[in-house]
Formats: sequence, C-alpha cells, structure tokens
Amino acid sequence: MTERTMSRGTVWRKGFQDGIPIGLGYFAVSFAFGIMAKEAGMTAFQIGLMSLTNLTSAGQFAAVGLIVNGASFAEMALTQLIINLRYCLMSCALSQKWDPKVPFFHRLTVAHGVTDEIFGVSVLRDGYLKPFYNYGLMSAACPGWVGGSVTGALCGAILPDSLTSALGIAIYGMFLAIVVPPSKKNKAVGAVVLSAMAMSTVFQMMPVLKNISSGFQIIIITVVVAAAAAMLRPVEVEAIEEEGENQ
Amino acid sequence: MLENVYLYILVMAGVTYLIRVLPLTLIRQQIKSQFIQSFLHYVPYATLSAMTFPAILTSTSSMIAATGGFIVAMVAAWKERSLVQVAAFACITVFILERFL
Repeated sequence: MTERTMSRGTVWRKGFQDGIPIGLGYFAVSFAFGIMAKEAGMTAFQIGLMSLTNLTSAGQFAAVGLIVNGASFAEMALTQLIINLRYCLMSCALSQKWDPKVPFFHRLTVAHGVTDEIFGVSVLRDGYLKPFYNYGLMSAACPGWVGGSVTGALCGAILPDSLTSALGIAIYGMFLAIVVPPSKKNKAVGAVVLSAMAMSTVFQMMPVLKNISSGFQIIIITVVVAAAAAMLRPVEVEAIEEEGENQ
Repeated sequence: MLENVYLYILVMAGVTYLIRVLPLTLIRQQIKSQFIQSFLHYVPYATLSAMTFPAILTSTSSMIAATGGFIVAMVAAWKERSLVQVAAFACITVFILERFL
C-alpha cells in the first residue's frame, strides 16, 4: 500500500505510533510543570485546563510566574505572543506543505497541535501534510502533556523533595537540546544563543533592570537579539525552510 | 488564593491559538520580507536561551547541583541527544549531586 492510498485510519495509527515517544517525553516535562504550578497555588483542574488549551511548555512555565505576580492581561498576552512566536514560523512552514484539496477546517484543528516536536516530526515527512497523521501525533502527545501536568499537581506533594527538586531542571534541559545543536552548525544562531543568555544574566544582576518583570525581560531580550541578528546576518529564504525543519 | 486564573488561561490560550492558526489559514504563499523572515528565524533561539540561563541555575534546591546538571545537559545537547535524553541526564545529575551536597 502506498502512502497516497493509505486510509485515514492507517495514517492516524502511524501518527499515533510516532507520537508515543513525544507523549512520554511530554509526560515527564509536564509532570515537573504540574508540581511547579501546584506549589504556586493553582488547582489540579486549572493546571490540566491550561495544559489542554495551551499545549506549550515555555509559555505555561512563564505564565505561572505572571499569574502569581498578578501581572496585567496585556503583559500575559504579550509574553505569550513573544515566547510562542516560534509557532508562527512553524505554521508558516506547514502552510507551505498544505494540500489544496484538504478541506479548510482541518487547518483549524491541526493548528492547535503545532508544538516544537509535532512540527518537527510532521514537517519532515515527504509530500503534502496529512491532517490525520497530525491528529495521530496529537492523540499520543496531548494526553501525555495534560496527564503529566495533572499527575504532577496531584502526586507532586507525595514525592520526596529530592525527586521534585531534580525534576525542576527538566524543562531547561529540553530547551538546551533545542538550541544547542543548531548553534554548532550555524555561527549566527550560536551568537544569538550566547548573547541572549549573557543579556538575561545582566538583566538578573543589574540594579534597575532586575526590577523589570521576567516576562518583559524575555520580550526585550528576544526582540533586541533577534532583530540585531536579522540585520547583521539575514538568512536566505531557502535556508529558513531547511533549518525550520529541525526545530 | 490566586485571582483571575481562568481569565489568564483564556487570554494565553487565545493568543497562543491565534499565533498557530493565523499563518495556517491566512498565508498561502511565502513571506517576502527578508528581515521579518530572518527575525522569525532567530526568535525561538533568543527566547529559549533567555529563559534558560541563568534561570537553570536556580531551578533546583542546590545551585551547585544545578550547575552540574547544566554542564551535563550542555554536553548531551552538544552530542545531539534527544530532548528527553538531555532532560533526563540533567535530572539524574542533579539527583545524584544533591545526595552528596
């Protein structure tokens, strides 16, 4: 049976299988998120609802800090916009692989599942994007993400402190795994990573700057560093498509 | 008791969904501006890096253990291990180091 003639069910099952490792990884990371959000004062239901409706690691971690500090809704919206702007780039790439014959409403549902990992797996497949493959990936990944955060919220308290402390570093390890490999291949990306880390350190230590809320610190650093890199090292259109697939 | 949690969730979910759905529904061709393309290309690296460091150093109960976890994660990421493996190595390193500190 060729890819083109595969039934929706077969395509979905293939996506589900490919999504299982993603779901397991999500479970571990969102478990740490659940513990963190519970300690910050959110209920397990609120944590599960946030995971289900947002499906984003960095954005949710940042959001808990904003909620605890009673940030304005504008700051919340702007922080999510900046932190999750990478999904815009990924959706742009996916839109280039969209089969004109696939009904429009699939765009609305596939969009919710645009995460670093689901994007990475689905965009690398040959030919047009198959919505049911993405639904398969989402069917494995979403329960992992939502289930992990709820389990973390409910069971985090009964785990020994040594274990919950160690899990606190998990999300940052995942971020490093995303930014470091492309830095090896591309000096401009490496410079962006180092500059952002250096600038973020300065923001944490300088007397006036450290009073700026963490959400706005990230926004300022991202806009300054990414704009500088875009001016100094503009990327070719082809290069974006190629490297976008690795994110 | 935290206030307005559901409103915050609504705001963030709305913004995040719009970011994901607008390009998929509106963009039918390649973006032309090279500056915007390049800016979008660098955004994820800048954001994730700024969020990671120095926050990673205070992400566990001991800063020395976290530094060890950071170094191990950097090495594993440099060797291009998967996201889950890098995260797991960092956690295990912190767990072991905190036993001795």
